[in-house]
Formats: sequence, structure tokens, C-alpha cells
Amino acid sequence: MDNRLGARELTLAYDGAPVVDDLHLDIADGSFTVIVGPNACGKSTLLKALARVLKPRSGSVLLDGAAIASYPTREVARRLGLLPQSPLVPPGIVVEDLVARGRFAHQRLLRQWSTEDAAAVADAMRLTQVTDLASRYVDELSGGQRQRVWLAMVLAQQTSIMLLDEPTTFLDLAHQIDVLDICAELHEGGRTIVAVLHDLNQACRYATNLVVMRGGVVVAQGPPADVMTADLVNDVFGVPCLVIPDPATGTPLVVPVDRSRRALLPQ
Amino acid sequence: MNAHLVLRIGPWSLRLRPRTVVVSSLLVAAALALAVVNLSTGDFPVPFPDVLRSLFGSASDGTAYVVRELRLPRVAVAMLVGAALGISGAIFQSLTRNPLGSPDFIGLTVGAATGALVVMLLLGGSGLSVAAGALIGCLITFGVIYLLAFRRGAQPVRLVLMGIGVSTMLAAFDTLLIVRAKLEEAMEAQRWLIGSVNTSTMVEVALIGGALLVLLPPLVRYGRELEMLSLGDEAAIAHGIRAERSRLVLAVISVTLAAVATAVAGPIAFVALAAPQLASRLTRAPGANIGAAAAMGAFLLTASDWIGRRVLPLDLPVGVVTAALGGLYLTWLLAGEWRRGRQLL
Ligand SMILES: Nc1ncnc2c1ncn2[C@@H]1O[C@H](COP(=O)(O)OP(=O)(O)O)[C@@H](O)[C@H]1O
Ligand SMILES: [Mg+2]
Repeated sequence: MDNRLGARELTLAYDGAPVVDDLHLDIADGSFTVIVGPNACGKSTLLKALARVLKPRSGSVLLDGAAIASYPTREVARRLGLLPQSPLVPPGIVVEDLVARGRFAHQRLLRQWSTEDAAAVADAMRLTQVTDLASRYVDELSGGQRQRVWLAMVLAQQTSIMLLDEPTTFLDLAHQIDVLDICAELHEGGRTIVAVLHDLNQACRYATNLVVMRGGVVVAQGPPADVMTADLVNDVFGVPCLVIPDPATGTPLVVPVDRSRRALLPQ
Repeated sequence: MNAHLVLRIGPWSLRLRPRTVVVSSLLVAAALALAVVNLSTGDFPVPFPDVLRSLFGSASDGTAYVVRELRLPRVAVAMLVGAALGISGAIFQSLTRNPLGSPDFIGLTVGAATGALVVMLLLGGSGLSVAAGALIGCLITFGVIYLLAFRRGAQPVRLVLMGIGVSTMLAAFDTLLIVRAKLEEAMEAQRWLIGSVNTSTMVEVALIGGALLVLLPPLVRYGRELEMLSLGDEAAIAHGIRAERSRLVLAVISVTLAAVATAVAGPIAFVALAAPQLASRLTRAPGANIGAAAAMGAFLLTASDWIGRRVLPLDLPVGVVTAALGGLYLTWLLAGEWRRGRQLL
């Protein structure tokens, strides 16, 4: 199969009107899919539904050919991991313990810590470079360190599909690149990554597949070079811009143009 | 400091925190030691060796009667009720993410008291039917609170404020019941409201012991899920937990323990609040620390009973002692959180 994860006629809502309406989406295996779109367009809502955290109002999410709702919860957790936009830090927990909780779906009451558990946690911490922080309290870490710890926790879950909701928000530039590089490394290692990002240029650099959303629907999808055009950005974000090749990578580079310089825009 | 000890036998493994095991064991040992002191002292002193001999069945009839029939029920109820309250508080505080989210603060204990008073004063019941009334009152109160505040994730502040509101209303109703009652009945009710183990019998031991025994297996199973719930519902579900169901099961376990404890000993204040917090201060472990909280609860209530009987000049009900100590504790807790710049409400 080429797409282990996808959505069919997916309509999502909380209490009132639908937030996501009749959405179709296929997440190509081994892709680094990046979802972009204005605030409140339904990116987190979509990600939650893909991870079965939110029950669809209608339509379905397909995982490995079957409706995700038909799997036992734990089975889903062994195939697909989610880093929510704002997970809670349990009070008084240290890094190693938090990462270890990522193993829950693989454990049993009488199999609380297999050698695989130990290895998965050690690997996850090494990959995200938090091994040195192992005995630090999570609530005393900097934003960048903490985000790497959350990544380690999802990584310890050892799922081949990882959904990451705004893993770089609130981080300074160096830490954003840190986190994205870890994601790229995971992607190269064969995992399917689906991430919500805000920075369009980073999205274009790292994504193999870009999904652009607005108002709960997918307005464009495909390789960044095909999707990211000045018209699209103007359309979706309402920001006039130039799109030029990124001097470092050749991927599209979005250069917003402020009001006083509109004259520079090609007509 | 935070290291774990992993025990492996074949495919099985257990992961323990040595510090937690040591702290819990010491607390249990201290509680047992105080229990033996409580068994040995009183109007008819029994030396320690005779206490042990009576417990294991080779003392003279008179001594055995005093220890086993007169004193043991009280001592056992104190320990078991303390453990039940400790567990109940640990679960609720973790579910609500708030140190004040314990059963005595969110109105459950008052609900139990109202149930008991209705049976005592309106239906003229006594003994076991009072216990049943307490149980039912507590469960009804929980039902109301659950529907109002607990679904879609416990919202701590809403829950505590709602609890305060419910408690106030129920307490007013309790006062009304007492004011309208006959004098002896009113005194009896008032005595029940203080919380005491003075008149406990083996029936009460069986009730609270049975509740703990029955709830132990689900507690062990869902206790692990409680740890995951503290990551927030989204993360918990993504790790394979059915959050809503898990939270309901845990809340029902917690409420049942608080209800049976109150049914058996009356509304004993502050143990459910303080035991889990003192326990996690000692274990320094994250999470609910259910086992250590149970041990701490047993120790606190046994110690309070000892203080009530021995240290103070009159035989005070244990509820008076826990209320006095608990008031101090709460003041200290609030002052500490305030200094650290955190707000509980
Ligand atoms: N838990 C919730 N309850 C009710 N409405 C919500 C909830 N979460 C999000 N919404 C609403 O759904 C819409 C989409 O939100 P979200 O998916 O979080 O957007 P995004 O992640 O794209 O910024 C918003 O209008 C938001 O207000
Ligand atoms: Mg979002």
C-alpha cells in the first residue's frame, strides 16, 4: 500500500458548525507531509482526528486499509504517534520518566519494562540529544529542550507514522532548526512524518508533500515547488508576496511584501 | 535519586522506585507499631508480648478479649479507613491536577454525611443502615458533580468551586435536619459528624477491608492509566488510553473508597487531602503515588487516634484530631503555594 493513513469525506466538529468539512487526504508512506494554513483553519483538529483523538462527525480515517475506529486504542498507538499542540507536563517528573511513558502502549501490567522498552527510550533520547538531561525536571527546562523531550517521548513509542502539531512554535530559530533536523533525520530513517508548521519557508524546505488548508478544507497539495505560489499565499493568508528560489536549497522562498512596497509586485 | 529497579522473571518485569518502596514500607511499619501501642494501652494495660500473643491466639481469655474484641476493631478501622482516604485523595488530586481536589473538598464527604443524617434523623435507622445512607449520599453527590464538572476532562477550578457550593448547600441542609431533631438524636448525629473510630466493630472492619480488597485489582490496572492521564487527554488517548472511561473508573474507585470510609467512621477531615501530598514529598516521585498515599493515610489516622487517646487528657474522637492537624496543614499548604506564586483557585 502506498498510503497507510488517509481521510475520507471527513467532517469534524466540536459542538457547533463543522471545523473540517468533507475532507479527503492521503498521507503518502515515507513522506514528510507538512500542513500549513492560517490560525484556526482546522489543522490541529485534523491531526487529532488522524490520531483518533477526536471522533469524526461523519466520514472516516483509514489506517492500513481499515477504519481507524475499528482498531483497539492501543493498537492505534503502536502504529501512529501524536505530539499534541500543548501537552501537559505532569508535576515533578524528570526527563527520563517522561520519555519512558512513551512506551505505555507496548507495556503490560506484568511486563512493565522489557529490554526493548529500555532500548527504545535510550535510542529516543540519544536521537533527540536529551540523554544529558535525563534526570532534570521537565518543568525546569527551556522551551527548546522541552520540545526535544516531547519528541523523544513520541519517538520512544516507535511508531512508523508520527503526527506533530506545531513542534517548532515558541522556539527560537536555532531550536526550530534543531527540531526540524531531527524530524528530517527520522524521515530519512523511513518514518512517515506529518507536521503542522507556521513558517512557510521551513515548510517548503523540509516537506516532500505540502498540504495547504483554509477554513477546514485542503486548497492545495503536492510537492512544495508545485504548490507554493504567490497567488496561493495571497489567497490563503491574504499576504501579497514574491516567491523566489531559496538560495540555499532551491525550494520556494516566500518573501512577503508590505503595503508601502506593493509597487514591486509583478502585475 | 530517581533511579528505578527492574525485576525480571522470564517474560515478566516489574519496574519499581526503591525510594518509594522504602518510604511506603517505613510508613506501614510505623503505622503497625503505633497500632500495637494502641492495642496495648488503655484502662487495662496489656504488655506488648501479650498483645502479640492475643493476636496470634495464645493469650489468656481475658487479655485476648480486651485486645481482640475491644481494641482491635478500632485500631484496624483506623488503619484501613486511613489507607482508603489516602488512596481516594491521591486519585482525585491527580485527576483534577489540584492539591485541593480531594473528596473532602469537592463535597463528597458532606454528601455522605447528609445521607447518613437522613437515615438517622428522618428514617430513624441506625448501624448499618446509616452506613448505607452515607454510601448512597456520597454516590449521588458524585453523580451530580460528575455531570456538572467532570466530563470532558476534569476542570479543576470549576470542580473545587462547585464542590464548595455543593458542600455549603448540603451543610445547611444537615444543620436543618439537626435543628429539627429530638435532643438525643441530635447529639447522636452530631457525634457521628465529628468522625470517630471509638465504637467500631468487626462489621466495620469487614466493610472497609472488603471495599479495599474488591477495589484493589481495578486500582492496580487503572493506576497506570492515571499516570498517563496526567499528560492531558490528547496525549493519553494517543498512547492508547480510553481517557473518558478511564477517568470515570478511577473516579468511581476513589468515590467508593471515600464513601465507605465515611460510612464506617464518619466524615474524617483532611486525611484524603494531606496524605497523598505528604507521601509524594517523601517519595519525591511524580504521579499519584497511590501506594505511598495509602500507607501515609494509615499512619496518619493511626497516629491521630493515638494522639486523641493518649496524648490529650480525654479520649477525643479521631476526627477532632485530624481536623485540628489538617487545619494547620491547609494553612501551611496555602501559604507555601502563595509564596511560590501559584494559585490553587
Ligand atoms: N476543544 C475545542 N472545543 C471547541 N472548539 C474548538 C476546540 N478546539 C478547536 N476549536 C475550534 O476549532 C477551530 C479550529 O481549531 P484548530 O484545529 O485548533 O485550528 P488550528 O490548529 O488550525 O489553528 C477553531 O475555530 C477553534 O476555535
Ligand atoms: Mg493548532
